[in-house]
Amino acid sequence: MVQNIIDVRNLSKSFDISSKEPGLKGTIKHFFKRQTKSLKVIKDISFEIKEGEIVGFLGANGAGKTTILKMLCGLIYPSEGSILVSGYLPFRRKENFLKNITLIMGQKQQLIWDLPPIESFYLNASIYDLDKFEAKKRIKKLSEMLEIDEELFIPVRKLSLGQRMKSELLAALIHEPNILFLDEPTLGLDINAQRNLRKFLQKYNKETNATICLTSHYMKDITSLCKRVICVHEGAISYDGKLDLLLKKLSPVKEILIVCRSEEDAIKLENSGFTVKNKIKNEITIKIENNSFTSSLKTILNNFDILDLFINEPPIDEVIGKVLIKKDYDI
Amino acid sequence: MLEYRVEIALWAISGIIPFFMLNIWTNNNLNESINISDIMLSRYFLCAFFVRQFSVVWVVFSFEEDSLMGKVSPYLIQPLNPFFRYFAQHIAEQITRFPFALIIAFFFFIFNPESIWIPNLGILLLSLVSTFLSFLIQFLIQSIVACLCFWTEKASSIERLLFIPTLFLSGLLAPVVSFPAYVKSWIYLTPFPYLIDFPANLLSGNETNISGGLSMQILWIFLLFPLFKKIWSEGTKKYTAMGS
Repeated sequence: MVQNIIDVRNLSKSFDISSKEPGLKGTIKHFFKRQTKSLKVIKDISFEIKEGEIVGFLGANGAGKTTILKMLCGLIYPSEGSILVSGYLPFRRKENFLKNITLIMGQKQQLIWDLPPIESFYLNASIYDLDKFEAKKRIKKLSEMLEIDEELFIPVRKLSLGQRMKSELLAALIHEPNILFLDEPTLGLDINAQRNLRKFLQKYNKETNATICLTSHYMKDITSLCKRVICVHEGAISYDGKLDLLLKKLSPVKEILIVCRSEEDAIKLENSGFTVKNKIKNEITIKIENNSFTSSLKTILNNFDILDLFINEPPIDEVIGKVLIKKDYDI
Repeated sequence: MLEYRVEIALWAISGIIPFFMLNIWTNNNLNESINISDIMLSRYFLCAFFVRQFSVVWVVFSFEEDSLMGKVSPYLIQPLNPFFRYFAQHIAEQITRFPFALIIAFFFFIFNPESIWIPNLGILLLSLVSTFLSFLIQFLIQSIVACLCFWTEKASSIERLLFIPTLFLSGLLAPVVSFPAYVKSWIYLTPFPYLIDFPANLLSGNETNISGGLSMQILWIFLLFPLFKKIWSEGTKKYTAMGS
């Protein structure tokens, strides 16, 4: 049986936020009588993640996804509740725990700006107690997987965003962590760079059985990497489960545009009991529920003279967008 | 690369306050009031320059910027205290400063040939130890102040307050011996005279209590280190990882 590597129970996090009115009066008032209020950004959440799982955290800006990730990797201290990651309390930041994890934040870098990435890799290797031979071996392996060779010797400031992101990934993975926390790793990358990064993460997960927790606003990242998603809405979990189940629930109907051989066939189809969205001459668009999709399609193909058909699935961004604004999804 | 070289050179020259102070002291014959000869005074300020070059610390500014920009976050999840990075940076920059400091000393002796002296090996080694201890004290003080970033976000303002006593009481502007006796007795209870005055006096061959000075430096390190550890562990609980 696969073990839970992350166990979160009734986790909450509050931040003290101070606000200031504009202008000189506001500034003076803020100086002498600062108004602060406690804002609960994570509200009593619980979940488990199994070893080797890739889990996507979905939510609107400010929903609390990144805060959850920061607490899981021990960067910030939880206000209430408990977190166990790989058997450790993350916020204690024990050496063995830190050697097991990594955090990658899109657009935030740990590479030394004025030096070639290889220097940062060797620095990280010594921080994680790797000898030079082992470090060299891992740099070679990872640079081949990431397809960066020449870039290793060019100052970071002269690399493109995609090359830099790959180098960041290499720096963050040189100690071969078991758990990866990725906060929008593809942010700002072009389509090809995004695809390469996703391919790399899939390969890394397959080869090392690493657990990956990922946040992203690019739905392609989520759909191609994650079987399971945790949706966060205003600091609470609104859905935790399989991505395809969520998609089925959120878009229960598919639309099919059918091109019939003649207008008579289209009229026959229109009167056969299907829900018709519209009909123009011999072209008719009907709506079919997901659970009867295959049988309905079979009926249409067997009983009507069809020239062509097109299945229109609603765009995934649109579907997921519904999750981001709803509080609870009971599947 | 040219701009980096120029930056390093400017940065080495930027620590020449002791030479300005030497000029003020000698032009106004102020040294007569404290019974220090011109030669000993110029050696003192040259040594103050050297000690300053190898003990100057700016960790509070680096940490504050990194903290506000979210750069500290990746360092915090590595199995190495982020302050080791700053410590290594300071050591690397001290090594870079060394040849420039030697060039400045060379020109100093050309204009002040009577000040040339060669300290004996024992004193030289003790001065190196003392300068390193001075660096450690300053690094710990600034690191403690830097940790206040976890609460105030603008720890450098507090550091600026500390800069005033550092400037006046460390021996950078005037040897501590020039202060009135009752003030001196209080100054020696603070860490400031052990930052520049003590190592500079030791290296320049001025009369100084070597064992007492070194003991006070070690004592301050022993007092400051646990304080830093405590404030660091409490501060990281307050860390909000802003900017990342």
